[in-house]
Amino acid sequence: MSIATLLSDRRAVLLLGLLAVLVVAPLGAGDYLLSILITILLQAYLGMAWNVMMGFAGQFSLGHALYVGLGAYAGGALFVHFGTPPLIGAIAGMVISAAAGAVIGALGFRFKVMGVYFALLTIAFAEFTRILFDHWGWVNASSGLFLPVSNRVTNDVWMLRGSATMFYYVILGMAVLAFAFSRSLLRRRIGYYWQAIREDQDAADALGIDVFRLKMIAVIVSASMTSLGGLFIAFYNNNLYPESIFSMHRSIELMLGTIIGGIGTLFGPILGAAVLTVLGEGLTVAGNAIGIDGIKQIAYGICLLAILILKPGGLWPWLRHRLGLDGGGR
Amino acid sequence: MTVAQPITTPMLAVEDIGKSFRGLRAVNAVSFHVPRGDIVALIGPNGAGKTTTFNLIAGALPPSEGRILLDGHDITGLGQARICRAGIGRTFQIVKPFAGLTVEENVMVGALRHDDGDVEKARAGANEILRLLELGDKASHPAQSLTLPDRKRLEVARALATRPKLLLLDEVMAGLRPVECDRMVAILTALNQETGLTILLIEHVMRAVMALSDHVVVLHHGEKIAEGTPAEVTRHPKVLECYLGEEHE
Repeated sequence: MSIATLLSDRRAVLLLGLLAVLVVAPLGAGDYLLSILITILLQAYLGMAWNVMMGFAGQFSLGHALYVGLGAYAGGALFVHFGTPPLIGAIAGMVISAAAGAVIGALGFRFKVMGVYFALLTIAFAEFTRILFDHWGWVNASSGLFLPVSNRVTNDVWMLRGSATMFYYVILGMAVLAFAFSRSLLRRRIGYYWQAIREDQDAADALGIDVFRLKMIAVIVSASMTSLGGLFIAFYNNNLYPESIFSMHRSIELMLGTIIGGIGTLFGPILGAAVLTVLGEGLTVAGNAIGIDGIKQIAYGICLLAILILKPGGLWPWLRHRLGLDGGGR
Repeated sequence: MTVAQPITTPMLAVEDIGKSFRGLRAVNAVSFHVPRGDIVALIGPNGAGKTTTFNLIAGALPPSEGRILLDGHDITGLGQARICRAGIGRTFQIVKPFAGLTVEENVMVGALRHDDGDVEKARAGANEILRLLELGDKASHPAQSLTLPDRKRLEVARALATRPKLLLLDEVMAGLRPVECDRMVAILTALNQETGLTILLIEHVMRAVMALSDHVVVLHHGEKIAEGTPAEVTRHPKVLECYLGEEHE
């Protein structure tokens, strides 16, 4: 695509503008704002990973914390025990998560466990993996695994040890890659096939599509992407507890942004992550000012309900329409 | 003089197929042929087993007994996707559009199996088929916005995009007004004559059956009770009996 045609596409211009702002953001942002931006990008990244399976292929996973946890523990434990660089740990985590996804997918898709029943299967796997890690001594069981924080003066990208700014650029890069990857998937045959399966599996089957194989690819791709997000969490937080990394709460939080932003859309997970994070932080500030315990959770819940009732398809399809960006893109 | 004139294999040979649902015999020992390049209609009163027969041929259901041969190859029990790849395209009686996709994308999904999944070639092919079915101006509409007659046409377009040797049409005329029905008949006749596409259709609309088919197979209570040209079949006493009831004197 030439520069001229790129600039004639308003969506591309806006996207590049947003990217430019995000690239220079750390220059003007303080520690607090930077941590919020990291949270948004991490949620956006995880949302995009979940979106591949649910949004594109229509397979409902309610247990994506499983892949977050496996990615986090694979990278974290290899680093703690052997000093393995995170890039190697990432590959290990992706392979393990892909295998776990393949097992769940094979069980679910082969035996025609569909919809909410499939979602229950994914929860079951996440839950019993959590219990397994709670009792596994090598990863320090329920006491938690801690990554040594030795040096925060210089940035070591290879070992993922460094400042918040370094982590910011790492997660920004991951989010940009996830976006580009999702976009490319949607525009290929595989993307059309996934959407066909999402819309009507029987009709897709009658058009000669190998439904089982395509659903397996969706779960494997989504699981691998998600595990990379887990690795980031491990190295950014430096501590890992099974009860939090594999929690049901994380599985829900992970998909919430995409649901709010627009399931199956490309930009929805990013918008949803931003809205939810800003909403959450804003309400925390407001709640502290008011001084009533729990007011934040109630207000947060009401806001989510309002969005889901008013814009059931998500905020992005509505906003895209309002901005006059419809046509071709998702 | 040599006797090297082999009997041409029919496009579809259905041999003694049967299907039971927990003891209920929906289809019983049904056999018929669909010759290459012909249009054959499958008719019968409600509950005659027409759609079940279709589902057996298309692989949506495995037959309890019998064999199905496509172009001489046994396709019995292969499953829908593999049977489609073997060359049978089907439509659904209750239409199943990919509602969230555009009309063009719906047809592209069918076309993407060819040309190594080249998306632009699939798009071009899809638009060609959409023009043929007079849906060209609706290519960019969401499929869920289509009216029922257009959805029926979309079913046909999507099945055609898989480039089938044999097209199975399950009541594509139902719900169409007479004018729309005649348009569909004209489109199918043109397809059949220009590309030599073989068609097997289930139809209740008799004017379409009369206008289209070379040959008619009549099912009743899961069994074949008659077959022949449309004119023969409509005079057949058993056919009259099952549609109109027995004559009492």
